[in-house]
Amino acid sequence: MSVPLTLLGLLERGPSHGYDLKRDYDAYFGRGRQLRYSQVYATLSRLARDGKAIAGPVEQGAGPERRRYVITDEGVADVQRWLAEPAPPEPDLQSELFAKVVLALMLGRPAGGFLDAQRAAHLQRMRELTALKQGGEPLDVLLADLTIYRLEADLRWIDHTAARLDLLQRAVQR
Amino acid sequence: MDRPHSGPAGPAPTRGATVTAHLPGPADPAAAERTTANIVEARDLVLSFGSTPALCGASLAVRRGEIVAVMGPSGSGKSTLLHCLAGILVPDEGEVWYGGQRLGGLSDDSRSALRRDQFGFVFQSGQLVPELAAEENVALPLLLSGIRRRPAMEAARKWFATLGLDGLERRRSGELSGGQAQRVALARGLVAGPQVLFADEPTGALDSVSGELVMDLLTAAAREHGTTVILVTHDARVAAYADREVVVRDGKVGTLNGSRP
Repeated sequence: MSVPLTLLGLLERGPSHGYDLKRDYDAYFGRGRQLRYSQVYATLSRLARDGKAIAGPVEQGAGPERRRYVITDEGVADVQRWLAEPAPPEPDLQSELFAKVVLALMLGRPAGGFLDAQRAAHLQRMRELTALKQGGEPLDVLLADLTIYRLEADLRWIDHTAARLDLLQRAVQR
Repeated sequence: MDRPHSGPAGPAPTRGATVTAHLPGPADPAAAERTTANIVEARDLVLSFGSTPALCGASLAVRRGEIVAVMGPSGSGKSTLLHCLAGILVPDEGEVWYGGQRLGGLSDDSRSALRRDQFGFVFQSGQLVPELAAEENVALPLLLSGIRRRPAMEAARKWFATLGLDGLERRRSGELSGGQAQRVALARGLVAGPQVLFADEPTGALDSVSGELVMDLLTAAAREHGTTVILVTHDARVAAYADREVVVRDGKVGTLNGSRP
């Protein structure tokens, strides 16, 4: 999963401090692997350097110095492009699929369209692997089956998620 | 694991030439031309069961020799679509074309003859006739077409080796495993040399290994004989045998990549 694009996606909801972005990232996507503050601020600095976000002035307060970040049009376009593109259909995609669906729902983007695109990419890969199995050596067939069954698990999750998008939409609304 | 053998050599005893002769000519030559590349085409099908809509403007075009998987959630209308394409159900609105001919213009008898001579069917549970031996079940479409018993049985027996069923010719359905029974049903669906094989969840009642064997055999036989296959399934591993997939949702047909269904 792309941490920079996920943070950028969270930033698209509205101007945010690094602290808020880290808190939301950990809550929605961390699942026991929280981001370090240093990683968050380094990522935000790079996004600002690359024109994907703008860093506001330092805000003085009782606590540590804080900056508010705002996404740019270029950053929005990056998020849009990332969400619209299906991930390469390989095993162990769970975190990326999950992040894209949640962000699409948060941002009011067509999560169903993303799921359809991902479903098509998965089926295409399964079709290629099924063709490879025809007349393949037993060990090649075994390996192809391993990937096919893992892709199938993703597909079942995709179907299940597609059927519950309304419910999920309510769960991630701010 | 068993692998598909090549199908039996030579054509089936008949290929329904007399049925084609009964089909009325197309009223619209342009329409016939459009459908030349498409062996089966559904246009804007609408069908309700009482007040429950099953199809709400479903369209699908299937090219000759293509293997198409029809997917979709339970109750989406995919089996209903299959039955309309096969002329088993008549839509309330819309048209089904087969080889440039409109099914709605056919009499019930002609539609029955079309199903018997041009189409093959495989369903989730083989639906073999329990009183008949496996070879008689396979020969059934030929016998119903008026083929004499001896050539019909000879044609049927050729499929047993092809589908790995050697030695099971005289068994009744109760003496076959689920996978064996489904392969017998597959042989029955293919024995008459159909132009189109309609398969509704053909592996739905099988374990994964038996299901894979049935799909290996089904697609190998179809590709060897140039048979068009329209395959309803909710199983992505089964759909992966097809050339492409379409999705039925709420009675309409869509594709996953936005192309025309």
